[in-house]
Amino acid sequence: MATTIKVNGVDRTVEVDGDTPLLWVLRDVLGMTGTKFGCGMALCGACTVHVNGAATRSCVTPVDSIGTSEITTIEAIGATAAGAKIQKAWLDREVVQCGYCQSGQIMSASALLASNPHPTDSDIDDAMSGNICRCGTYVRIREAIKQAAQPSGQGG
Amino acid sequence: MILDHHLASRAAGPGRLPSVNGFSRRTFLQAGAAAGGGLVLSLSLRFANGDAEAADADAFAPNAFIGIERDGQIVLTMPYVEMGQGTYTSIPMLIAEELEVDLKQVRLEHAPPDEKLYANPLLGVQATGNSNAIRGAWQPLRQAGATARTMLVSAAAKRWNVDPASCQAQSGEVLHAPTGRSIKYGELAADAARMPAPENVALKRPEDFKLIGTPAKRLDTPAKVNGTAVFGIDVRPPGVKVATLAQSPVFGGRVKSVDDAAAKAVKGVRQIVRLDDAVAVVADHMGAAKKGLAALVIEWDDGPHAKLNTDAIVGELEQATRNSGAVAQNIGDVDKAMAGAVTKVEAIYQVPFLAHATMEPMNCTAHVRPDGCEIWVGSQALARVHAAAAKTAGLPLDKVVVHNHLIGGGFGRRLEADGVIRAVEIAKHVDGPVKIVWTREEDIQHDMYRPYWFDRLSAGLDAKGMPVAWSNRFAGSSVIARWLPPGFKDGLDPDTTEGAIDLVYDLPNLRVEYVRVEPPGIPTAFWRSVGPSHNVFVTESFIDELAAAAKQDPVAYRLALLDKTPRAKAVLALAAEKAGWGEPLPQRVGRGVSLQFVFATYMAHVAEVELAKDGTVRVRRVVCALDCGTVVNPDTVRAQVQSAIIFGITAALHGEITLKDGRVEQTNFDTYQILRMNEAPTIEVHIVQNSEPPGGMGEAGTSAIVPAVANAIFAATGKRLRKLPVDITALKQPV
Repeated sequence: MATTIKVNGVDRTVEVDGDTPLLWVLRDVLGMTGTKFGCGMALCGACTVHVNGAATRSCVTPVDSIGTSEITTIEAIGATAAGAKIQKAWLDREVVQCGYCQSGQIMSASALLASNPHPTDSDIDDAMSGNICRCGTYVRIREAIKQAAQPSGQGG
Repeated sequence: MILDHHLASRAAGPGRLPSVNGFSRRTFLQAGAAAGGGLVLSLSLRFANGDAEAADADAFAPNAFIGIERDGQIVLTMPYVEMGQGTYTSIPMLIAEELEVDLKQVRLEHAPPDEKLYANPLLGVQATGNSNAIRGAWQPLRQAGATARTMLVSAAAKRWNVDPASCQAQSGEVLHAPTGRSIKYGELAADAARMPAPENVALKRPEDFKLIGTPAKRLDTPAKVNGTAVFGIDVRPPGVKVATLAQSPVFGGRVKSVDDAAAKAVKGVRQIVRLDDAVAVVADHMGAAKKGLAALVIEWDDGPHAKLNTDAIVGELEQATRNSGAVAQNIGDVDKAMAGAVTKVEAIYQVPFLAHATMEPMNCTAHVRPDGCEIWVGSQALARVHAAAAKTAGLPLDKVVVHNHLIGGGFGRRLEADGVIRAVEIAKHVDGPVKIVWTREEDIQHDMYRPYWFDRLSAGLDAKGMPVAWSNRFAGSSVIARWLPPGFKDGLDPDTTEGAIDLVYDLPNLRVEYVRVEPPGIPTAFWRSVGPSHNVFVTESFIDELAAAAKQDPVAYRLALLDKTPRAKAVLALAAEKAGWGEPLPQRVGRGVSLQFVFATYMAHVAEVELAKDGTVRVRRVVCALDCGTVVNPDTVRAQVQSAIIFGITAALHGEITLKDGRVEQTNFDTYQILRMNEAPTIEVHIVQNSEPPGGMGEAGTSAIVPAVANAIFAATGKRLRKLPVDITALKQPV
């Protein structure tokens, strides 16, 4: 069955079963490997993308459930205001270690910042606790989100 | 540290001790011209020893290369891999410092697999582990940088016909201040390549360092925030298919029968590969492969371990500690001192099997053809997987090409070749390249696990409560015995006992024994902070018990035993001071301390925990003080400590792999929990500055945090936890 989805502003038509998780369509069919596989059960957040701006676990999102919704992935998040701020803060604060989970972390953090420009610690806990980082970069993720929330994107 | 010394001495030949400072330049470094006309320095990263010094120049076996290209780019070819620990930044810093170039001018390229060429000087094999990249590279890389700089200066001086002493290297060029002339390195490289390498070069003094000790930005970061970084799981050779697999749920079991009719009917499924002990579904994409796997009906012959439970393994370990073991360390006369002790304290400690649970699940891409084999993988031990792939494919080494990629978490898991062997076994049946991706469930249930260890301790205290006798006998698996058999000798290996012997404390009578017991039906492997992951928990919990038995403050009690180890004493005092040790805390909140010297780094932690009514433990603050000698990149040191602490808290609070009917009971992150953002403590890191040789940083924080948490729980509740992970039911608030 051919399904058309809009990824980073571009319509893409794929020939897969409708219940195929979006994650595998992105990674294996469209070759967009920035979105990562971690658990397959929405337990770790490595596969997070935005569906109409909302942080969504692509590993449990069937491709036929998307319809006309707009999908944004790590490859294009830098083009959004919140995404660009988050990426800059990630670099400034040297958040990354192995880096594998960071696509998902950045997608969750960008969605948080876009909907809540001044998140509290508790807001950060709520938005980010679905994303596991085995390297334990949480301390810096929290600092980086706070930096990105500053008017200048500095300090924090 | 002990492991390093042991293995280095093994590499140096039987009965010879390596000398860290005694480099012989003749056999360690050579200079020559590069194909493109640049300068190449070849390094042999080994410790000097009698054999090497006696050898002639023909025996020179370089294992790292520094190229200065005509465009001025410095290319470093090194055997270490980047897995988040910052090695790809801190290693180039060593070269850039002595060569007087900007860090951006240095590019680090990963060495191809070659055990002979690229062996880690401390491990003796090509591997990145045991926190030793910087420790191995520290001296030789700076020496090579200084040699190259001296040659470039000489080349410039010769061209200008001036005294080299009147020239100066600076920012990638040689300057002649009196005449205001300068030449870039790239333009001098070809001339320098024709000059003999100088015999003796002076290294910079620590006070002159410009880069070492400064927080350099990580070089691998930008690609990791925009989705372009390529991990092993991301490779897509043309025509690649994707496979996933089911391995025998019981280790040692076999496939009895497979009904694959429904799987084959799944859209996108191309092929089912049946192996002796596994079945793989090959498909156009992972979605189809997983759906196909779920549709398979596999009947297993569970084999000899069909009824194996964790309890049986623990029972065997418990029995083993009743008999004497190989003596790892013996000081004074423990039995006599124990007989004369005023108070005796006895305890049994246990730590569970643990999975690595790297965020990037196990995967490997392989293309096996009759005349060759190509592998794409992220590995900590490239030569090992190269050899394993060749053996499995039935091909000579030179017909096997291994491409290494970024590692989405190693922690010891990617020191093993099992995933590559599995991939080649499957790829032999597939026409074209195939990427084998393990599901998270396969990854957790077919890991190679941190061993279960069982420890029996006793101590005798004098009238003042100070320890006069210390006895520790423990049983468990030796990973070294399998992974590097020559490292296991006379019933002992240096990793399994690290952190249990050579304690920082002045203990007049001490005996430590180890009984090797390999559990049936569950493979074991290195796990972040290796031997100390277990030993430091036991030792630092037990010393805390002794302080409690002596009715003394845990910090004061330790300090009183540290007169002979001033660096240990200093980090403990610093951590206590910064943590506000002794300041009052609310009910159900406690502070715990730990102190260790492992991986050549001194480290003290103070953990602050609070307990909910139901016994749930939250670590809310950790203060770390450390002395790792010279700090190359302080930001990386802080990052590694933060990381290692979170890793250790995960283990202390949640980590446990258990077997029932031969099967690992945990499956995914719901049953094998990892610490999350809302559970993460604030972490403060205080670094003691000095110019001792650098110690390892990737693992120390993990072993140190576990006892600090357990000791804090004791301080908050009076409950001594001697078995991990923390059992919250024992910590419920009394009504």
